[in-house]
Formats: sequence, structure tokens, C-alpha cells
Amino acid sequence: MRDMKKTKMVFTAAVLVAILAGCIALDATLPSYHIAITVIKKATVYALVAVSMNLLNGFTGLFSLGQAGFMLLGAYAYGVLTIPVAKRESVYQYFDGGAIHFSLPEIFAGFLGDTVGKTVGMLAALLVGGLLAALMAYLIGLPVLRLKSDYLAIATLGFAEILKAFFQWNKLGPITNGSNLLKSYPYFEHATPYVLIAGVLIAVILLLINSTYGRAFKAIRDDEVAAEAMGINLAKHKRMAFVISSFFAGVGGGMMAMYSGTIAAAPFKSALTYEILLIVVIGGIGSITGSVIASFLYIVSSEWLLRGLDSGTFLGINAPSIFKNGFRMAVFSVIIMVIVLFFRKGIMGDRELPDLLDKRPKKAKKEAAK
Amino acid sequence: MLKIDNLHVAYGGIQALRGISLEVPDGKIVTLIGANGAGKSTTLRTITGLVKAASGSVTLDGQELLGQPIDKIVSAGIAMSPEGRRVFPDMTVLENLKIGAYLRKDKAEIEKDIQWVYSLFPRLEERSWQLAGTLSGGEQQMLAVGRALMSRPKLMMLDEPSLGLAPLVVQDIFKIIREINRQGVTVLLIEQNANMALKIADLAYVLETGTITMSGTGAELLADERVKEAYLGKQNK
Repeated sequence: MRDMKKTKMVFTAAVLVAILAGCIALDATLPSYHIAITVIKKATVYALVAVSMNLLNGFTGLFSLGQAGFMLLGAYAYGVLTIPVAKRESVYQYFDGGAIHFSLPEIFAGFLGDTVGKTVGMLAALLVGGLLAALMAYLIGLPVLRLKSDYLAIATLGFAEILKAFFQWNKLGPITNGSNLLKSYPYFEHATPYVLIAGVLIAVILLLINSTYGRAFKAIRDDEVAAEAMGINLAKHKRMAFVISSFFAGVGGGMMAMYSGTIAAAPFKSALTYEILLIVVIGGIGSITGSVIASFLYIVSSEWLLRGLDSGTFLGINAPSIFKNGFRMAVFSVIIMVIVLFFRKGIMGDRELPDLLDKRPKKAKKEAAK
Repeated sequence: MLKIDNLHVAYGGIQALRGISLEVPDGKIVTLIGANGAGKSTTLRTITGLVKAASGSVTLDGQELLGQPIDKIVSAGIAMSPEGRRVFPDMTVLENLKIGAYLRKDKAEIEKDIQWVYSLFPRLEERSWQLAGTLSGGEQQMLAVGRALMSRPKLMMLDEPSLGLAPLVVQDIFKIIREINRQGVTVLLIEQNANMALKIADLAYVLETGTITMSGTGAELLADERVKEAYLGKQNK
């Protein structure tokens, strides 16, 4: 038993180190605009948001669809706080240079030196985005978390849509730039920083899930009445899960802004939430590893491998009359249906990375235990 | 230890409890028997705070429990093993036990109590890594009792522990309830299986449509003609 635990830890550590090393190697050899780097960046962002959604939907059993809204908050906070002061005039050209005349990276660069200060400033802006999302989650959680299942999903979905419209409101222009783009803010060019940030945050979520609080979340998911009878305060724990999940979604939104280079409210539509939900379901509801793997599979295939389906040539077959815009999504839908049919519980079920070492399938293990 | 005085509970317009009073003395096994809908479960749920009372009082060692939040009531030393077991199916046996100790902070003592529960139910130790949903009914009942014990209660309340279990398994469970009581935990037992419950009870109450109609020691009620007729299936020939 103890030996197994040790092997599992070594295995997990080895996999993580290998991923990080691979990522650093790619960064060193490929130019930052290479498709592989882009895919890694986008997939890590999706992985973080998917894990945050899994914390809520998979581990606490709260079916919430507000992820895009919280990401939007995080993205805007990041952009607004990091655009260099000198560039604000041109970015906010319709709003007289905007209402905010400072930039976190520049402030930190003032006393930490250029490179370190700039990085710290960017990370601080991500953090502020997360905190804003968490605050918003706390406020809307007060009424919304009284709802259950589908009703909660509808309410949170509506909230995200309202937020999207609100951010495009012209009166808010001096801060959000109305329906115009926010751009010219600093971002990380290489993939490694994304992997590091997302990796650390996902590790934090893992620690949370394995703590007493995590157990309480799972108890609420399994049986609310019994959980309450154990002395678990339902309202408090649901709110906690909601706020924490939104914090990470907010940070994920900030990273999304970094990755895409421009911010507008339009991309944060409900379809984004559905994409994330899809990743959570494909990966396995209740598996962190599953969410991460599924994000990579999803992004790699939709952004890279299946691109040819949209642009005329796929696997060497040149058929521009079939392989045109939109065909990729049609094929993608079929793949997803196949996955859902054959992996009822997602790729990982509720297993995590170290559990892959358990060679015997689950059924056999249960028999053996009897 | 626990004293209920003139307790009224209503669901909407329906009176579930019409002013019941009963007492659970320290260190005893007390049972509450009655037919479906008599208000047995409502009584337990009111004590734990899951249901709000209309009027009356519930005191534990002189301390008023009505109106307190559930976590206060559990911390005060009351644990419940709910009707239908209600273990957490997608969590392991060990996790279920740890959730029972959710409000406690003393890690070393919790570890000791896990061992104590394992010594009461060796089956649970064998299956500590199994998901609770894959256990048999009897094992799930053991887990529900063990989970309730993990809060280290002064008063343990069991809601129909024999529900849906084979007679032999029921005997095992009742043996363990006795053992738990012998180790110093006061027990309030709710049962439809009046025969088994009255046999191990020091004190028993009969509940009928929201009022207590009879009370006495377990042996007294077991011999009572009316109880025999209504709950023990005596043939009237």
C-alpha cells in the first residue's frame, strides 16, 4: 500500500516535470507565433477554467453556467489595469483617453526594476481580475444560490449575458472602452508562463478538493440533507464553492485576454461556457486530470488537427467543395457524440492522474475487495 | 439529558406533532415506536434542527436547542443516523467517516475515533477505500452509524436502522447499538420493528398521530396488550 503510494507520487511528479520540460523546450525551439505554442497557451487557459467549473459542477454539484461572465470580468480587469499609460490615448480614442491613468506593470516597474516589475504588475492584474470575479460571485450568489439544478443554471447564464451587455454600454466607455477593443496591453509571449500559472492554480484547487472543505463540497453533492445533518452549513459552503470557482474563472479570463491580445465583450458569450462545459463532461465530471486532458484534446483538434476540414485540404485529400467553412464543426460534433456514447463517464471518469497506475479495471478491484 | 417539552411542529397547515413531551435520561437507550406518519422522524428532525418547531422546547443538559443552527446542535453533542441511511455514495467509506467529524478540529482524536469505529465495525475497515454506494444495505447502515459516531456525540439518534435489512443483519446492528450504549453514548432509537426496539430499550414511548399515547420501560410495553395488538402482531382469537 505504502509502496504504491510512493510509486504514484513519483509517477505524478515525473509526468508533471516532463510536461514542463517539454514546454520549455518547445518555447526555446519554436517561434512564439507557431501553432503549437498558440495551442498550448489556449489549452492551458481552457484547462484552468474547466477545472474551476469542475470544482463547482463536478465536486459541489451546483450546475452553474456563469463561467463566461466571470471570465469577462477577469479579462477586462486585466486589460484596464495593464494598458501602458502612453498608449491609453490611442486605445480610448473615442473616450478622451479613458478615466484611468495608471498601469500596474508600470507602477511595479518603478520600484522593482523593468522585467520583474512588469511581470509582477501583470500577475497582480490577473489577481485583481480574479478577486473582482469572486466579489461579483459573492453578490449574485446571495439570491441565486437559493435555486437548484436547472434553475441555477438559467439564472447564472442570464447573469453572464447581462454582464456582457453591461460592459458594452457606452456610458461605461471611459473604463471599458464601450464596444471597442481593449488592446496594446502587455502579455507573455512564451507558453511556459501560462503553463506555470495555470499549473500552480490547478494545484491549489486540487489541495482544496482534498481538504476538509473539499470533502464537505462532495458531501453536499452526494446528499444535501445528510450533509446538513452532519453539521455542514449548506449556504455557506455553496457560496464558498461558487466564489472560489469564480475567482479561478476570473483569473482564467485574464489569461485568455493575454493569449488573445485584444479584449471585447463579444467573445465571452454563452457558447464559451458551453465549450468549457463540454470539456468538463468529456474529461469526466469530478476529475481534475480529465478536465486538463480534455482541454488539450479539444483545443488541439479544433484549432490545429481539424483545421484542414475548413480550408480545403485534410489528410492530403483535396476537396474544397466539401471541406469548407463550418465542416470542421460538423465533424467535431460527430466525434463528441462518439466520445459521449463510448465513454459514458468521460475520458477519466472520476479518476486522477496517479490512479492510471491501478492496472486492474475498477470492477475487478471491487470484486477483489470482497 | 435530553428533554422535550410540549413540542408542536406543523408542515404548512398539517400538524405533525401535537405537543409531545418526553425525556431521554443519561446513559440509557430510549425508543420511540409508532406507525408510519405518527411523527417519529419529525421528532428527530426537529431535535437536529432540520425542521423548525412551532412551539415548545428541546433542551440538552438544560441548554435550549430550538432555534439554534444545525452546526451548534451537532457540536453540542447530538448526532443523527438518518432514515434510509443516506451515506454519501460517491465518496469512500473513510471519507464518509471523516465527514462525520466535520465540525471537530482535533486531528489526533479524530484518528483515534476512526480506529474506534473500525473496531466496532471491522467490515468498514476492510472496505475503507470502497465507494460507499457500492456497499450492501447492512454495510451502509453500519457506515451511517459509524459516521454519526464520528462527531463523538453524547446523544446518538438512530432513525429506523432496521429499514430494509435482513433479520440477521438487524440483530447485528442492534447488538452494536447496545455496545455503543455500554461505552457511554445515550441512544434515542426510532423503530417500526417494535419487537427488537422494545427488547433493548430501557425506556419506551409510543407515538400515535402526533401525540404520545403510552410510555414505560421496554419490558412493560412489550407485555402491554394494546402494544401487542397494534405493533407486535398478536393474533386476536
